[in-house]
Amino acid sequence: MLTYLSRRLLAILPLLFGITLISFFVIHLAPGRPAVVDQTLNPKISLEVKERLVKLYGLDKPLHIQYLNWLARLARFDFGRSFTDDRLVRDKIIERVPLTLAINILSLVFIFALAIPIGVRSSLRPSGVFDKGMTFLVFFGFAVPTFWLALLCMNLFGIQLGWLPISGIKSLDFEYFGFWQRCLDVCRHLVLPVAVSSIGGLAAITRYMRSSMGEALQQPYIYAARAKGLPRRQVVYKHALRNALLPIVTILGLSIPGLLGGSVIFETIFSLPGVGRLFYEAVMMRDYNLIMAEVVLVAVLTMLGNLIADIAYAYVDPRIRYEKT
Amino acid sequence: MKKNNALAIGITIIAFFGLVAIFAGMCAPYEPSAIDQNNLLMPPSLHHPLGTDSLGRDLLSRMIYGARISLAVGIIAVGIATLLGVFLGCVAGFYGGMIDAFIMRLVDIILCFPTLFLILAVVAILEPSIFNIMVIIGLTGWMGTARLVRSEILSLKEREFVQAARAIGASNARIILRHLLPHAMGPVLVSATLGIGSAILLESGLSFLGLGVQPPVPSWGNILIEAKSTLGIAWWITVFPGLAILVTILGFNLISEGLKKEIG
Repeated sequence: MLTYLSRRLLAILPLLFGITLISFFVIHLAPGRPAVVDQTLNPKISLEVKERLVKLYGLDKPLHIQYLNWLARLARFDFGRSFTDDRLVRDKIIERVPLTLAINILSLVFIFALAIPIGVRSSLRPSGVFDKGMTFLVFFGFAVPTFWLALLCMNLFGIQLGWLPISGIKSLDFEYFGFWQRCLDVCRHLVLPVAVSSIGGLAAITRYMRSSMGEALQQPYIYAARAKGLPRRQVVYKHALRNALLPIVTILGLSIPGLLGGSVIFETIFSLPGVGRLFYEAVMMRDYNLIMAEVVLVAVLTMLGNLIADIAYAYVDPRIRYEKT
Repeated sequence: MKKNNALAIGITIIAFFGLVAIFAGMCAPYEPSAIDQNNLLMPPSLHHPLGTDSLGRDLLSRMIYGARISLAVGIIAVGIATLLGVFLGCVAGFYGGMIDAFIMRLVDIILCFPTLFLILAVVAILEPSIFNIMVIIGLTGWMGTARLVRSEILSLKEREFVQAARAIGASNARIILRHLLPHAMGPVLVSATLGIGSAILLESGLSFLGLGVQPPVPSWGNILIEAKSTLGIAWWITVFPGLAILVTILGFNLISEGLKKEIG
């Protein structure tokens, strides 16, 4: 396990290098120098900001020096200041993290709580009525534009039926609520975003679970377990399910970029003050410091998610540790 | 030959949208940007089968012209991604060694960026336009194809027929293009059709955020921008463009599924 762990940890160094290099490259896309300071490209930026940027990025220095300086600041979590309100980018991001984190964790819980039982049930009777119905729904889930589904749900549950609030995270009279009422209020605001943002992942993981379970049920040890007369329940849930769940651990890591990317869209639709909406606002305002910081952070987060998933997989399935990479 | 319903339905759907897009000029009852002050936000009727928007423009006509943009963006973006993926996958799989390691690390690195974040960052710098959107979606979508092609080539390049080709003096390029690549084309086609669906989804999302295809040029995504402000007033503006996106993506996914079955 230790050799595996150290090998994996070593492998993230080139990844980190590449992530920062690509992010750096993106802001230097405009020929010659960053688009940030090119006023013909971007009239929104004033002269004073321009001066500050030239100094901040050390634009009079050669490119590789600029890159190294930028890395050094990154390592100290110094992302500079936001153009729009001059606050530290770090603070702006940190205050938005809890909400995005909460929604994504709730979505993941929701996805797994539904996808695993549905996948298992489908795999028990492939091509049965339940399986056919679910396959249809999964196909639908893959094809439906999330933001459109969000609009439909807002219209149906928010406007026509009036059951749920459709924007923001708290009601206008939030200040006057008691503690439990406040909790309820926040929960009500989270129902639609969590449900809508789960659709894509739900479809993917249901499908994955179904095939993983189907494969596990074909294994020789299942025949052995059946042959020695174990009850069907025990064979399915103890022998097959446990093995079928192993690869799902990896999927958990792989679903992180999708969820984070999706948060830009649904946080914007539902007006939720999370990291995704912050990124959208930054893009609209051409707030480059904020954009760069978020791009790097999100990529590093995704990388760490994958790393943790890999390590967890190797932990639960010893065969992985000895596989050559 | 066995019946392949998925493929048949998928091709029918896409052929329908494709024809409508190509012959948009003949199908559309109105000019897509013709403003009609007397018919603002009209519900579907005989004159306007899918209703009108807040400027009195005919929704059906806008969607027909939008089909052009959405399909073109999807197909061209995936074209770019597939060419790039096939090329890099071939090079990595065939030559191996340092080149392979470098390309595969690059794939790992780009996969760390959630696509939407990367695309939005680039759009913020380059300004959104149809051309930029196509290229950016293409440049951020080649990694899956590259992995696919690489693994196909790795599993084939030691086989006898490749050795035979080498023995009669075929060049590397000829071996890759004539002997190895044709075997990989099936899976590539499956993933490309699936990719067109996701590219259209991505484009519509970007346009909905106001960072993709810019109005007044209609795309299914940017028609939906208005849906948010007319929520509860004009259901047709929300329902129809979204439905078009859904059915189109469903069509491409069905073709992909059908092709997979056809290949084996």
